[in-house]
Amino acid sequence: MSFLPELASNGRGLIEKWGRFTLFTGRLFAVTPRALLRPGLLIEQVYNTGALSLVIVMLSGLFVGMVLGLQGYDLLRRFGSTESLGSAVALGLLRELGPVVTALLFAGRAGTALTSEIGLMSATDQLSAMEMMAVDPVRRVCAPRFIGGVIAMPLLAAIFSAIGIFGGQLVGVTLMGVDAGQFWSQMRGAVELRDITEGVIKSGAFGLACSAIAVFEGYHAVPTAEGVGRATTRTVVTSSVAVLVLDYMITALLL
Amino acid sequence: MASVPERPATAAAGCIARLDGVGYQIGGRTVFDGLDIAIERGKVTAIMGPSGTGKTTLLRLITGQIRASRGRVEVDGEDLGGLDTDGLYRLRRRMGMLFQNGALLTDLDVYENVAFPLREHTRLPEALVARIVLMKLQAVGLRGAARLMPAELSGGMARRVALARAIVMDPKLLIYDEPFAGLDPIAMGVVLRLIRSTNDALGLTSIVVSHDVQEIGLLADRAYLLSAGRVAAAGTPATLAADPAPAVRQFMGGEADGPVPFHYPAPDYAEQLLGAEVPT
Repeated sequence: MSFLPELASNGRGLIEKWGRFTLFTGRLFAVTPRALLRPGLLIEQVYNTGALSLVIVMLSGLFVGMVLGLQGYDLLRRFGSTESLGSAVALGLLRELGPVVTALLFAGRAGTALTSEIGLMSATDQLSAMEMMAVDPVRRVCAPRFIGGVIAMPLLAAIFSAIGIFGGQLVGVTLMGVDAGQFWSQMRGAVELRDITEGVIKSGAFGLACSAIAVFEGYHAVPTAEGVGRATTRTVVTSSVAVLVLDYMITALLL
Repeated sequence: MASVPERPATAAAGCIARLDGVGYQIGGRTVFDGLDIAIERGKVTAIMGPSGTGKTTLLRLITGQIRASRGRVEVDGEDLGGLDTDGLYRLRRRMGMLFQNGALLTDLDVYENVAFPLREHTRLPEALVARIVLMKLQAVGLRGAARLMPAELSGGMARRVALARAIVMDPKLLIYDEPFAGLDPIAMGVVLRLIRSTNDALGLTSIVVSHDVQEIGLLADRAYLLSAGRVAAAGTPATLAADPAPAVRQFMGGEADGPVPFHYPAPDYAEQLLGAEVPT
């Protein structure tokens, strides 16, 4: 019969954590203007979260695009409209797969790096040392990493989509023999500005969510080896779920 | 002949930090219960005590990282209980702290670590930053290590860099958390001499938390021995060494058993062995 109290305590823990997350995100936004005054720190973090994620994002983009090309070709052939392959690949990538897969990769590559870095700084007293030097660690450590992630995420998603379209073209046109002219002209005809906007909005929202979660988990990690490990795992799990939930919500809002 | 009246106000003015009747509880456990400590200006004061008596907690109270449950903590004339975050940060610019392992920022080299407080709090031209940093590094003997990364430093060197960083803003109060822990005898001697010379040359006040009785005997002007949430003894290291109270004698003499028991509380030995019950 300990089920109900346990459920209640778990629920309370969840609400408490949500509250802490909200307060922390508020603090992040509050110190963001001052963090923006240090472009050097931001560029470093855009490099860390963005540039260092490029290889994995580009490679994944290429293969996701190639799979889309294959699957799309097979599906469209049944309806005799393989010439629509270009628009199918582009719309799928720009509106959905680009932002979502990039965000999942971002959570795994950049998010975990952020969490473990901040968690280890906390475990080795570096954050306390900053506080003792009258430097707010949220402003000096968390905010630049958060902003860096928010800037990097839409850029990565755009690169992912571009490479993905190239991959789709590679399979559809070069391998399966879809007419190149039709592939590109159908794509140009079908893709509207609002499709691009949807992708940008999504990747921006995912960037906010993933970066905030990663920084939050790192900052609040139990300052031990085990604690940092757990926090890193939580970053991936929470970010991934958040991305998928947000994806549905934004899609529903924008349709 | 009029007798000279006692002037406690003067004594208070000679203190940079005071704890009056400070109590601190965490998670239902009482760490401190009526702690009175006065840190005199210009002196090296040691805080000693067995592990787990809350020495580090005491430092966190003095630096305002945590707040006392009751009583009053006063540092450099300011009551910590009444300070907001900005006030606390202003006060901390007058303090320097050395963490147990140096707590250097691992993504910056030695030079940038020492320059960090200057870059965060001042807008000094680069040439001046360089001069200040090199002077502080020279003072700890590590000017030649300016471009090494923290991972390339030994434990003693890391602590010396941390000392240079702690004094770069010319604080009034310098706090050391276990500065001798895990150092070889040579490094220990170096750190010991540096703490003393820094204190005297810069006219600072130093608080050293440690349980190294010998080193404290050589270094400190005054020492407090904490035990069970209170001050068990206070005075010069020599008076402490001669103190007959069992708790003080056990600590200063390094005896295994005494008021701090060797055995963690357990059920009766014979009963448990005979019953051969597995500890639950």
